[in-house]
Amino acid sequence: MALKLEHVTKRYGEFSAVNNLSISIPEKEMFGFLGANGAGKTTTFRMILGLIDPSEGNITWKDRVLDYSTSHLIGYLPEERGLYPKLKVREQIVYLARLRGMEKFAAQKELKYWLERFNVPEYENKKVEELSKGNQQKIQFIASVIHKPELLILDEPFSGLDPVNVELLKEAVLGLKESGTTIVFSSHRMEHVEEMCEHLCIMHHGKPVVHGALRNIKRSFGKKNLIVHADFSLDFLKGFPGVAKMKITAEGITLQIENEQVAERIFSEVAGKGFVRKFALEEPSLNDIFIEKVGASYE
Amino acid sequence: MPPMNNFWIILSHTYLTKLKTKSFIVTTIVMLVLMLAITNLNRIMDLFNKNGVADRIAVLDKTGQLYTPFKGQVKLINKNLKLSAFTGTEKEAEKKVENGALRGYLILSLDKDNLPEGSYNALTIADSAIYTDLQNGLQQLKTMLAARQIQLTDAQLQKLYKPVLFKKAALERNAKTEAELNQARGIVYILLFIIYFAVLMYANMIAMEVAIEKSSRVMEILISSVSPIRQMFAKILGVGLLSITQLVFLLSAGYYSMQKNMEELKGSFSDFFGFSELPIGTIIFAVIFFLLGYFLYATLAAFLGSLVSRIEDVQQMISPMSMLVVAGFVIAAFGLSKPDSPFITVTSFIPFFAPMIMFLRVGMLNIPLWESILSMAILTATIISLAIFGAKVYRGGVLMYGRSSSFKDIKKALQLTKNK
Repeated sequence: MALKLEHVTKRYGEFSAVNNLSISIPEKEMFGFLGANGAGKTTTFRMILGLIDPSEGNITWKDRVLDYSTSHLIGYLPEERGLYPKLKVREQIVYLARLRGMEKFAAQKELKYWLERFNVPEYENKKVEELSKGNQQKIQFIASVIHKPELLILDEPFSGLDPVNVELLKEAVLGLKESGTTIVFSSHRMEHVEEMCEHLCIMHHGKPVVHGALRNIKRSFGKKNLIVHADFSLDFLKGFPGVAKMKITAEGITLQIENEQVAERIFSEVAGKGFVRKFALEEPSLNDIFIEKVGASYE
Repeated sequence: MPPMNNFWIILSHTYLTKLKTKSFIVTTIVMLVLMLAITNLNRIMDLFNKNGVADRIAVLDKTGQLYTPFKGQVKLINKNLKLSAFTGTEKEAEKKVENGALRGYLILSLDKDNLPEGSYNALTIADSAIYTDLQNGLQQLKTMLAARQIQLTDAQLQKLYKPVLFKKAALERNAKTEAELNQARGIVYILLFIIYFAVLMYANMIAMEVAIEKSSRVMEILISSVSPIRQMFAKILGVGLLSITQLVFLLSAGYYSMQKNMEELKGSFSDFFGFSELPIGTIIFAVIFFLLGYFLYATLAAFLGSLVSRIEDVQQMISPMSMLVVAGFVIAAFGLSKPDSPFITVTSFIPFFAPMIMFLRVGMLNIPLWESILSMAILTATIISLAIFGAKVYRGGVLMYGRSSSFKDIKKALQLTKNK
């Protein structure tokens, strides 16, 4: 395990921002943090980065405590984006890269590569304040990865981007993972985490409520989703044994069921009643798990 | 990576980017122009005089014998008055004054005792210097003529004119003489003003710099690469270096321009400001006290700046600090006329006022060395403790974003950096 958090707690007076969090993240993995605002994601990241000290517990990267002497190993994209508005893209990226231990010339070369990759080579000599929000975000991303960190921490990397740029950035993140970077990222978009992470942790009020490999989490959750679209009324399924929840949608219903056997029984029940347009058994989505565990909908 | 490396990267980045900003270049140019203007004040004044009606005054000598000795007397008093004998009538002279060819005209005549009297006419008599000079000239002429009338010898005349001997002496050894004090006052005043202005300006710059990094949220990236404390000091030193650059540039330009102008300046304006012999000691003390004052207020400004979330709040946040600087300057300005008053002595040891007031005392009085060293030591100790405290606040402050910015945030910021 490369990144280890052991019983990490952060208290501000009476209030616990993070409560007894233990996580291990293997090297070269992508790890997702989910949670509402105030769940403790950003505080956790700040503790990993050494910006604030945990009240209790240890955080190590490859058995080493992270501090300013290791800052060149780490890349960080903060949730609140920020660059110097008056400085040109090259000036500030080179400055930030040098602070992460890069040589000026190497930083310039690497910047060129990334600008080309994001199809914006002409921004090199523009002031940041002249760029659009989405493009500023690209520059911000470059600032966090230019020094080829071993551990990359991305706090809400895709928020505020249009779909085209989300894809562009996702590709870049996956590329970094392939080349061996360990990536920790947070998102409130379940589908991003679902799509990209093998391991994840759902946080709620500073506590990890679900934590582990995505596949295992889904499997151990047990419950499945059943979608039924039919030409006749499906209201009778409401009290059906094994149905935990029923949601009426525009074209039919979505059921949350205890296990696969329930689906079989429902299938034989509806089969004789008329035309069934759709009958699909699905893995639970992260959102379902989240709602179940946290007891409230996200967003 | 050697950690000190980061320190120098931030320091040079702060220094170089600030050096290149338009506002810095513009302020420097404006100050340079002012500096050149002050050091060339006499020339500028001359320029205006030459363009206008020079102080050309016609003399209508009704006696036909007073003009020449009168001109000689006036010349001793004021070289710049251009007197000319006027042969026309009063009416003609009046016309010439009205159309601006003459500043005024003077009618000289003799009274019943056969002594000179005069009457001066000009458009306005606001310029009292001219008629006072004329009057004095005529007075002296009259005294001379009167003395001749009562047949005094030259020796008697000299005795009459010999100025009274009046000595002033301070009983304290080493105390500055009145002349020295006057001379010191000018240079001390100018240096005080520079200290005041520079401390305020550069401390402001620091607070702005921190607030810009915070409000633009670039701070979070910065503090994840370099420790906030190292950042804070690198920034303070970077801006400090910038201030020294600016001051060295301005002072050397001013000094050079003054040197060129020195001959002309002698005896008039420079005596008043005490420029004729620049006291090197005073200037060294000014530099030391400026640097100490700068570090004191820059540290204060840095941690106050770290508490605000928006640039608009910076001025409000640092206004108590600015007040301290202004108060120090006001006390110092008062102290210029009474540098030895007990109030000044006491305030010269209060760290927030010391940079200006102790400098004032050092510049104006001959105080024992230990006093200035003690004051510097108190200042240094304050700077160090403020830096330790400020660094803690700064470390937490840069992570805090709130709607309001107030001094209560100091407590919150300290809490953020605590371990338990």
